Amino acid sequence: MSASEEQRAGLFVLGATHHSAPLEVREKLSVSETANEQLHTKLSNLGTLREFSILNTCNRIEFYGVAETEETIHQIQRLFCEQQGFGEDEFEKIRLSVRDFDAVQHLLSVASGLDSQLIGETEIFGQIKDAYAQAQRRQSTGPVLNRVFQKAFHAAKHVRTNTAITSGQVSVANVAVDLANSIFGDLKDTRILLLGAGEIGEKTARAFQSRGAGSITVASRHLERAMNLASTLDATALPFELRDRHLADFDIIVCSTAAPGSIISVSAVKEALKSRSARPLFLIDLAVPRDIDFQVGDLPNTYLYNLDDLAAIAGENRSARESEIAKCQQIITERALTLWRQAETRLRR
Amino acid sequence: MLSQLTDRDWLWIAAEFYLVGFLIGVWSLMRGGKPSNVIMNAIIFAGYLIQLTGLYFRGMAVGGCPLGNTFELFQFTAWSATTLYLVVGVAFRSSILGFFTASLSATLTLTSLLIPAWDTTRRENIFGGNTWIEFHAAFALFSYGVFALLALTAAMLLLRNYSLKHKRLGGWFSFLPSIMDLDLISVRLLGTGVSIMTISLAVGSMYWIRDTESVNAFKLILTVAIWAAYALALSMRLRGKLISSRFAWTCIILFVIALASLGPVNSSRPPEPPAIGS
Repeated sequence: MSASEEQRAGLFVLGATHHSAPLEVREKLSVSETANEQLHTKLSNLGTLREFSILNTCNRIEFYGVAETEETIHQIQRLFCEQQGFGEDEFEKIRLSVRDFDAVQHLLSVASGLDSQLIGETEIFGQIKDAYAQAQRRQSTGPVLNRVFQKAFHAAKHVRTNTAITSGQVSVANVAVDLANSIFGDLKDTRILLLGAGEIGEKTARAFQSRGAGSITVASRHLERAMNLASTLDATALPFELRDRHLADFDIIVCSTAAPGSIISVSAVKEALKSRSARPLFLIDLAVPRDIDFQVGDLPNTYLYNLDDLAAIAGENRSARESEIAKCQQIITERALTLWRQAETRLRR
Repeated sequence: MLSQLTDRDWLWIAAEFYLVGFLIGVWSLMRGGKPSNVIMNAIIFAGYLIQLTGLYFRGMAVGGCPLGNTFELFQFTAWSATTLYLVVGVAFRSSILGFFTASLSATLTLTSLLIPAWDTTRRENIFGGNTWIEFHAAFALFSYGVFALLALTAAMLLLRNYSLKHKRLGGWFSFLPSIMDLDLISVRLLGTGVSIMTISLAVGSMYWIRDTESVNAFKLILTVAIWAAYALALSMRLRGKLISSRFAWTCIILFVIALASLGPVNSSRPPEPPAIGS
């Protein structure tokens, strides 16, 4: 390393992400709130670190900053590894370390959801905003990071608005909720029956709840499990044997039991439809083997989707997002170039 | 220059506006996007105002509501449907309904303009100077406009049902409103249409009782049959006997029959005097 490189202030990103670090490693690198405070105090004492912000999510730990020397970045790595009890040699194997223009481009990619595990997801945008807000509160940002982060938010919004990178749901549970929206519109008045108290059913129920679904009722072949899940979901429980009798009371039926055969027959649905007037019935069969007789899908005003159907839609949406990556990258590169020129001027001051 | 335009010129311009709305909608959907609400509504509104101007000049020329021949009946029906769209459809949060309305209005207005025979003759003084009869006729035609918009929402309901049943949710299917929203607006439109037509027939019947020779049996039977069919559909829908795609198909078929009946009803009137020269 030459002396001039050693002395030049530069923008950097240091960290580890889901790309190189598997879950068990990310668990070790994850920073608790208290540890974050401590780390922040330690980094603030580094005289050659002009500005910094820490982004800590389940998929990444990243330090964005402006350092006066390369040694400063090494010091950050040392301090972080020490605090986490993680070997520096191990960290270097999975380390993400980029500088200047590449650092700007990386931030823009992350903010746009392009670097996420689930491409196009928007949660990361909020997480970066929080990280930046936290850094601002602690007065660890300055003219360079302020500019870079604010422009990164603009760029991410531009990418989301002008491309289809965030369109369509890519998880089975969210696809099911989108379908329910296509049938019922607003979900606040819908009544949901969850048949089976397994993980996938719970995830789907939570996805419905997060999108404002009305009441949820849980029925399982083991009443105790149904009651446990019902209390977790703030729902009610129903004895499994009464499911057919109460079918007409629900708009959305989510099945995910481990029953060997079908638990909802065509005749039961036909009977339920008689007392439902014009209100449609949406049945989601997440079980393998299937819980719902496939012929139910042929009944009028009834919509039946099984796990393969939902996975196929999620897959199509994922492909659609992936096909937008090149377009997004072009936008990001253009914006990153402009932003880097502005940041470089500030770095020289 | 504008003062030199005839009523038909105004109506041609209006039809072209609706056609532009339709083409912009097709272009947007083919590109995988949704037609812009603002652009679509602006085009429809402009077409609507121009059509209103054309109908106003025609009305001034004939000294009453322009309902004297098939051309005028089609124009008035398209104008009624557009009126209703602008009143209730805009709030329906679906620019795709605007696209459908532009398509329907373009079809009705262009068809009527492209068949000159429909406008070569017209009956004069069809209301006999009686404003109540004129009100009855205008209201009856307005209800056809409501049924036209109903046919559109019913078509959208069928498309949404098809997309959900066949698991084809991408592309422009994704811009369709939900099944429940479409069903709700369809029921409301059906109720509105039936109510307006009932008022129209009630007013008309009061004069018909006084002079049963004033309306021939063919027109009377056909009009009452259409009203009865719509009223029956409404009753069955409210009782949950006619739902989902069967309800939607019924609304579409009834509108096609109603529209097809306009010509025969008009030609079933007594012989027409020579053409107007507007």
